[in-house]
Amino acid sequence: MKGIVKTFPGVLANDHVDFQLERGEVHALLGENGAGKTTLMNILYGLYRADAGEIRIDGSPVILDSPQDAISMKIGMIHQHFMLVDAMNVLDNVILGLKTKGVIIDEASAEKRILELAEAYGLKVDPRSMIWQLSVGEQQRVEILKAIYREADILILDEPTAVLTPSEIKDLFRVLERMKTEGKSIVYISHKLEEVMEISDRITVLRAGRVVAKVNKKDTNKAELARMMVGRDVIFRLSKEDARLGNTILEVSGLSALSDRKTVALKNVSFAVREGEILGIAGVSGNGQRELAEVLVGLRKATTGVVRIAGNDATNIMPREIADLNVGFIPEDRVGVGLVMNLPVLNNAIIKKYRDFSKGALLDYPAATDYAKKIVEEYDVKTPDIRYPTRTLSGGNLQKLILARELARDPRLLIACQPTRGLDVGATEYIRAKLLDERSRGRAILLISEDLDEILSLSDRIAVMYEGQLMGVVAAEHANIEDIGMMMAGAKRMEMS
Amino acid sequence: MQLLPKLSVEKRLLPSRRLTVAAPFVSTLVALAISAAPIYQGGVNPLYGYYQLLYGALGNKLALTETFVMFAPLLFTGISVALAFTCKFWNIGAEGQLYAGGLFAAFFAVYATSIPSVVAIPVMTVIGFLGGAGWAAIPAILKVKLKVDEVVTTLLGNWVMYYAVSAILFGPWRNPVTGWPESPAIAESTVYPILVPGSRFHMGIVVGLIVAVAYYIIIKRTKWGFELLAIGGNQRGAFASGINVPRQIILAALVSGGIAGLAGVSQVAGIHFHMKTDLSPGFGYTGVVIAMVGGLNPLGVVLASFLMAVIVQGTQAMHRATGVPWALAEVIQGIILLCLLVGIFYTKFKVRRVK
Repeated sequence: MKGIVKTFPGVLANDHVDFQLERGEVHALLGENGAGKTTLMNILYGLYRADAGEIRIDGSPVILDSPQDAISMKIGMIHQHFMLVDAMNVLDNVILGLKTKGVIIDEASAEKRILELAEAYGLKVDPRSMIWQLSVGEQQRVEILKAIYREADILILDEPTAVLTPSEIKDLFRVLERMKTEGKSIVYISHKLEEVMEISDRITVLRAGRVVAKVNKKDTNKAELARMMVGRDVIFRLSKEDARLGNTILEVSGLSALSDRKTVALKNVSFAVREGEILGIAGVSGNGQRELAEVLVGLRKATTGVVRIAGNDATNIMPREIADLNVGFIPEDRVGVGLVMNLPVLNNAIIKKYRDFSKGALLDYPAATDYAKKIVEEYDVKTPDIRYPTRTLSGGNLQKLILARELARDPRLLIACQPTRGLDVGATEYIRAKLLDERSRGRAILLISEDLDEILSLSDRIAVMYEGQLMGVVAAEHANIEDIGMMMAGAKRMEMS
Repeated sequence: MQLLPKLSVEKRLLPSRRLTVAAPFVSTLVALAISAAPIYQGGVNPLYGYYQLLYGALGNKLALTETFVMFAPLLFTGISVALAFTCKFWNIGAEGQLYAGGLFAAFFAVYATSIPSVVAIPVMTVIGFLGGAGWAAIPAILKVKLKVDEVVTTLLGNWVMYYAVSAILFGPWRNPVTGWPESPAIAESTVYPILVPGSRFHMGIVVGLIVAVAYYIIIKRTKWGFELLAIGGNQRGAFASGINVPRQIILAALVSGGIAGLAGVSQVAGIHFHMKTDLSPGFGYTGVVIAMVGGLNPLGVVLASFLMAVIVQGTQAMHRATGVPWALAEVIQGIILLCLLVGIFYTKFKVRRVK
């Protein structure tokens, strides 16, 4: 790809980007959110058309106007959000959309081919299972199988590990190694330095739509990559003052709740959070963390147990009443729960505070606009205009907008779920620093995160969830990473220290 | 061999402002160009037909006031539907709510002979509003409490109300003077005053414009409108942010039904002076089209209702003046609406041809 330019209204997403991919290599495309990585690859996959530049494959120029064109040039792409049909099985998903000879689909030979490929690349998956029965890691394998089945020579993976557990990541890397030895080329889009250093052969670093560096992995290191990515030295460890504990704000005792599928998601969970501390809840995803947060903010009913917030009974009350108890909430699902994407930034900035801008039944929009402008500026949310639809913001800015809205209300309890997931280094650092600020100001914070580094670097106490139960709570300064790992795997319980 | 050109569609980051203004005009021109073929086929010079269309809708005082008479019920139902759709309450029941509003207003108006106009007209109007709201309450509560799909309940409710009205008007309430299946005449004091002498331009048209202004204020200025927009954009997010979603949806359904009820009041008190079984030729359903064409936007709905009124009046006039079949008038209405929807699509999406 040579001299690729792509502009969106107000944004130069790719600015004369050159990118070369060689046969049999894993080439990482590294950059912050909004650096233009995904845009560049969407152009290669025919989803967008470049404003300028050319694409050559094996030396000859090609025009890629649709994913069909890309697929016929043996390019496959696996998006962050999978494109599978839930109600169909693996086999059907793999052959979906392929042209077949005759009317009847030869499922038997397709299944045989899938099993052969799965064997060859170490993609363990049963062709007859339904997609909805599969874990996220297995679904990703189906996506890879789909691409290989279409004989892709170039495979683009967009943030493939964002949704995977550590063991699934290992499996994925094994598959990628295998594909490399088969002569396939892989573009690995990521902002995770550890993974990039582990899997890639070469690295192209993008910043603000431009290529800032092309390096071989063996000639570089994490600190240098981080510097190139954000254009400055990143502080990985955050300095933290000693906790000054105040009153107990959140008290949870004997809490149980059901999942969406009516299975037990929370079992007899008890803990407390005091002013001036961060209680981190660690655990592998899907062990009841999401349900816990939903019960606490009124989005899910508890079957048993009591939640007390600042001494008030807050069990099974409405989100409105929880908000009125001065609780801030940073949801895991920013788009589905946190924001109304089609409404202006303004509306989202004031959605928890608009009642304060009343003039009778009317909403005082001038005052609300001033307030929204103030907090958007204060929390560094980058938007050309607060009247723009919220969906025009990038991922990091969406999260900063939620943070601005919640923190500007000065909550005494903040429930933060996966606050930095999917964000780039700069935004992550910013959000973590803000959480520590709130802690210094004597606020109580419940941090639910699957990012163990985040839990370790921010929390005063660490609780571990496994299958809906708390396996134990340990003080962060005594925390032993092995103990936590064992608890996360359900192999150990520890008493409150 | 390729039968159709390959097209790629990209969503615009923001709707194009230039196209938003141009789309209705261009769409209408395209629609008229397409419609020229069947008009020509019908033995009429299309240009002459369109002249009759415009003249018949806007050309003189009578034509213009009649277009406004058509505008009123379309404006009420268009706003009714737009308000409900704003919070994604899919009210397809404006037709039934219109009949409910007309029926309740007539219950009062027929017997209000000794009440002075200054009291009787507002009371009748409020009763009609409550009638429409009451009929909308049933699907609203079923949706919120039992998650019953409101598309089905509001749509079927239309027929229930229509036949209930018929049963009443063919049975106990048949007009004793004429014997027609219509209510007795409403009291003189409840008739909406005529505002343009020598025409049928009645007060209901002004009530409609007041409702349109109220809708504008609700959406753009009030806390309630802010809540409805949030619910429409992301119901779960709105709930998580502390908005009482079930309550606001019920309230929106009631107000939506009430506004549709006002259409019924306006037809009874402004045009027919009886409650009738053919009070509406489908204004409630046309309201859905108007709300969508108007993009649920207050000004958009006003313009769409007026455009629709022009099309309806104009094609009828063309039919009378040139003798093109009546069915053709309806075909042209359909073509114009389809073209408008395509035009609106272009304001939101970029379409380009690929090789």
